[in-house]
Amino acid sequence: MNNPGVNAVSHDTIDTRHRSLWSDVWYQYRQHKGALIGTAVFLLILFTVLVGPFIHTIDPQLLDILDKNQGPSLKHPMGTDNLGRDTLAQVMAGGRVSLAVGITAMLLSLVLGTLIGVIAGFYKRLDGPLMRLTDLFLALPLLPLLLVIIMLFRDPLRSAFGPENGIFLLIVFIIGITSWMQTARIVRGDVLALKEREFVLASRSIGTPARRIISRHILPNVLSPIMVSATLGIANAIITESALSFLGLGFPSDYPTWGRLLYDGANFMTLTPERVIWPGLAISLTVLSVNYMGDGLRDALDPRIRGR
Amino acid sequence: MFNYTIRRLLFAVPTLLVISFIIFIILDLAPNDPTGNLPLTIPPEVREKIRISLGLGEPLHIRYMKWLQQFFINEPLNLIEQWFNVTIGDSENRLRVQSWATRSPVVDLIVERMPQTLWVVGMSYVIGILIAVPIGVISAYKQYSLFDQIGTFISMVGFSVPTFFTGLLMIVIFSVTLGWLPSIYDTTHKVTDLPSLWFQIKQMLMPTMVLALFNAAQISRFMRASMLDNLSQDYVRTARAKGLKEKIVLLVHVLRNSLIPVVTVLALGVPQIFSGAIITEQIFRVNGLGQLLIIAIQGADIPTVQTLTFIFAVLIVLFNLIADILYGILDPRIRYE
Repeated sequence: MNNPGVNAVSHDTIDTRHRSLWSDVWYQYRQHKGALIGTAVFLLILFTVLVGPFIHTIDPQLLDILDKNQGPSLKHPMGTDNLGRDTLAQVMAGGRVSLAVGITAMLLSLVLGTLIGVIAGFYKRLDGPLMRLTDLFLALPLLPLLLVIIMLFRDPLRSAFGPENGIFLLIVFIIGITSWMQTARIVRGDVLALKEREFVLASRSIGTPARRIISRHILPNVLSPIMVSATLGIANAIITESALSFLGLGFPSDYPTWGRLLYDGANFMTLTPERVIWPGLAISLTVLSVNYMGDGLRDALDPRIRGR
Repeated sequence: MFNYTIRRLLFAVPTLLVISFIIFIILDLAPNDPTGNLPLTIPPEVREKIRISLGLGEPLHIRYMKWLQQFFINEPLNLIEQWFNVTIGDSENRLRVQSWATRSPVVDLIVERMPQTLWVVGMSYVIGILIAVPIGVISAYKQYSLFDQIGTFISMVGFSVPTFFTGLLMIVIFSVTLGWLPSIYDTTHKVTDLPSLWFQIKQMLMPTMVLALFNAAQISRFMRASMLDNLSQDYVRTARAKGLKEKIVLLVHVLRNSLIPVVTVLALGVPQIFSGAIITEQIFRVNGLGQLLIIAIQGADIPTVQTLTFIFAVLIVLFNLIADILYGILDPRIRYE
């Protein structure tokens, strides 16, 4: 897999250009039309959310009671809510939080999943207990438990870390520690197979310590499944966070995410349907584009497909 | 096979006990006070009495044991008594799991809410399967055709768009704009004649379709992948070579073999559907189990939350078991020994 020389010989002419693994991956990734469009849409959403508030400078929390429940206009491209807050500004501010939650929770679950997967695969003694732990987590009813945990620990954390950081930490933490299981299982399976390969045996025979075998030989080789589960992790975290907020148990109204905007907008659906459509569309487009990116990445990182 | 089933069942018992203990601990560790919402004028000693009357006077392990006894011994005995009209022992004074909010036994509440959830969830799963299987079969048989590409795109969309958005979108279109369907599910509605049956169908249409589309998106992907695996097998070529009609090759030989992994996936998906119903019930105001859970969580009604969450856990463990056993029964190549 790490040998570019094998791939460099094409059918009729010998290609002398230097080809690295990542350029091959990128070449294959570009063949996947859905993945390219997905990447473009995701980058566009990211750009809008990050730069948009500097262009559309209305404060998302600014109350303008005279302009309440407005339809789309030049001043308010997505209309206003029942307190006269600008919907576009809120969607952009909510997107920052939603995406931040998605990415941070994904990183947490990835680190946990990789750690547990590598340890369980590499150390035979810990395999049994860690995999039983994974099975146990898989058997937990996650959505009810998430709701319960948020309900019970929301107020103490809000008073400890401030209203905004408290709820952010809580949600990222609980999404992270309840979504690492799939990553751990995949990584463990790969590590179990890699451990028996000759290059690991060779490095073991020259006396390489276990942690260096893991960091130099095992981890680079399990990178592809980890990257694929990273994309799925972002999508999953964003959906979970929106679901929690949609049930009224996530972020508060004064610090909204896309899910919370949807929840607040649902009561004014008959009056201003834009309040439901825009945040919902933002969630759906983000998740769809991330899923397509994951699809393309899976194909691009699979050496059996990449050669063709 | 029989030994394997027994072994798995025996393993399920400690798993469920551990899960119930975890749920109990989480609920107990939570820094909240069930008397916190009562008026401040209640003196502390009365407050203490209220706490004791709610069963909070004892240490953690005793309360856990009591919950176990109530849930695993008292409640089943009660159900048996109700079904067969018999009296076993001292049934008047048997302690039951009481809800703090309504002061009625939690199991009675659950039995009351169960039919609505089962109708919506069950119908949506059946409809989802009915939509997904033909789509999966056709997209695999005509791989990379226009139908396959559109099917792949739609299932990707159905898989990515969360049910709370599709639900609200459907309400905006069909209830608000067109006014065809009611947006709120009327649980007191009774089916007596044809018009009332029509109303029942109309009010069930949106909640079931939202879940059904989401399920269909996932199941059709599995169906397609499984069909593709089987279509390239040798036995398919043999079946064609001996002159069987294409219809029989596809619908008898390939479909039956492709359904094996799909059936297990279907069994594994059942608990997720119940969690999905939590959200759908909230959108369409169906007063099922999911809504009961949300209300109980918001009201800090710990016994109800504990029991309901545990029932969800039982569903997950049970359907994992069913999936594994089904796989062993359906596929003779799988041997659990």
